[in-house]
Amino acid sequence: MLDHVRALGRTGIDVVVSFGRSGQFLFGVLRGVPKPAVGFPLLVRQIYSVGVLSLAIVVVSGLFIGMVLGLQGYTILSDYGSESAIGQMIALTLVRELGPVVTALLFAGRAGSALTAEIGLMKATEQLSSMEMMGVDPLRRVISPRLWAGFYTMPVLALIFSVVGIWGGMLVGVEWLGVYDGSFWGNMQSSVEFVDDVLNGVIKSVVFGFVCAWIAVYQGYDCVPTSAGISSATTKTVVYSSLAVLGLDFVLTAVMFGNF
Amino acid sequence: MGSSAYISLENVVFSRSGRRIFDGISLDIPRGKVTAIMGPSGTGKTTLLKLIGGQLRPDSGSIRVDGHEVPRLKRTALYALRQKMGMLFQSGALFTDLSVFENVAFPIRVHTNLPEDMIRDIVLMKLEAVGLRGARDLMPSELSGGMTRRVALARSIALDPELIMYDEPFTGQDPIAMGVLVKLIRDLNSSMGLTSVLVSHDVTESLSICHFACIIADGKVIGQGTPEELRAHESERVQQFLQGQPDGPVPFHYPAEDATTDFGLGGKV
Ligand SMILES: Nc1ncnc2c1ncn2[C@@H]1O[C@H](COP(=O)(O)OP(=O)(O)O)[C@@H](O)[C@H]1O
Ligand SMILES: [Mg+2]
Repeated sequence: MLDHVRALGRTGIDVVVSFGRSGQFLFGVLRGVPKPAVGFPLLVRQIYSVGVLSLAIVVVSGLFIGMVLGLQGYTILSDYGSESAIGQMIALTLVRELGPVVTALLFAGRAGSALTAEIGLMKATEQLSSMEMMGVDPLRRVISPRLWAGFYTMPVLALIFSVVGIWGGMLVGVEWLGVYDGSFWGNMQSSVEFVDDVLNGVIKSVVFGFVCAWIAVYQGYDCVPTSAGISSATTKTVVYSSLAVLGLDFVLTAVMFGNF
Repeated sequence: MGSSAYISLENVVFSRSGRRIFDGISLDIPRGKVTAIMGPSGTGKTTLLKLIGGQLRPDSGSIRVDGHEVPRLKRTALYALRQKMGMLFQSGALFTDLSVFENVAFPIRVHTNLPEDMIRDIVLMKLEAVGLRGARDLMPSELSGGMTRRVALARSIALDPELIMYDEPFTGQDPIAMGVLVKLIRDLNSSMGLTSVLVSHDVTESLSICHFACIIADGKVIGQGTPEELRAHESERVQQFLQGQPDGPVPFHYPAEDATTDFGLGGKV
């Protein structure tokens, strides 16, 4: 019994310690802004590998999710004879929720895991240590561009996801099932608000981008530098990022749309 | 040694995961000489280099490098001091996403504003010094272990440091690569006047190139002096280490509980 209490206490302490450490780590990263001439090319490279290389999966997923929304929306709405509202339904679902959330989940699986594994391997092969010994701060040189790349690319990816999704919904709803395209687009335009819907969605994805990138680089930097350690850190990145995204989504939704 | 010491450690105590690795170690490393630090695996030789480089902080004691008290340095000062140090990591630690040329150019690009053609000259000169000028376009994954270490050596001397630290440079090297490395270490020391610290468990090779050696075990220095002095050392533990006897005053086993109880042969439970 006492052992269980003790184990619980130990776990609690470990959790608090790792939160503290990751906060300290974040502070160290944010404080060290590299010189623009050095930092900018590094950032561009990371935006390429984190953002551009995630485009394919984001576009394909967006297309299919939009098409599924079109089908499901049509089936449900046509029972009430209001299938012309399908454009509005697809757009709001994507822009408010599915765009930011699904993109963040895909990002965690595609880019976050890669970031963790890359940084973990750099740690295991002493590349980070040797950088330190050369008088170069790995937090600035390696971690900071990766963190900011996640922060900048996520909103863009989420918007692309939503746009492609709406197009996919249009393909199914208008081209295939024959909803009148004037009402498809018209309903959408009259109901989607820029500030309430689009901007709130962008804010969500900014938050998710920051959190996912933070978890990914921290897990890589803090991993046990062995093959088992790296693989467990990669798993943790995906699990923690997904949980954090879903939890934060609830909180943000409650704050943004909860004033009934 | 006195005033000619480039690095001096005094009463350094350092523990890791509750295990005391250094228990009041004191050591002077003379300027411009090759000093070998030897000891069995796991005694903390790598740890010692990391303490000197300021990557780890001691629990207590003083570590002075060229007059600077390393554990007390502010970040910027520490990073500036590190530009005068080169370190050759056990694994080489080349940046895997950069070519051999870019690896050697890395510290130059970061710390200087030299024009590209000058960087090229310096890099090729350093690669020439380790005999790998022709390998400049290879990626680290295309190099053998011995080549990796030589590229890493070229990179650590790219900024002409005052101090270079070698972590187990001979481990896993074939006899020819070993001979090349031994010659390189000695040449670098004599031609550039580098202070060299060599950490190794390889007694023969280390003693053959160092001016001064010291043996650590159990967190302390157990013997030091010139290679001749060490060979004539009267301490049993020093002799055991130098002659590579498996057991003696320096235990072969990592501290453990008594074997009979550990294997469950103790009779009583
Ligand atoms: N990151 C670490 N965390 C905890 N203990 C460590 C770590 N690295 C090394 N040690 C311990 O420190 C001791 C000295 O390690 P090290 O300096 O690598 O030895 P050497 O280089 O002489 O073989 C070893 O007993 C090892 O178990
Ligand atoms: Mg070692």
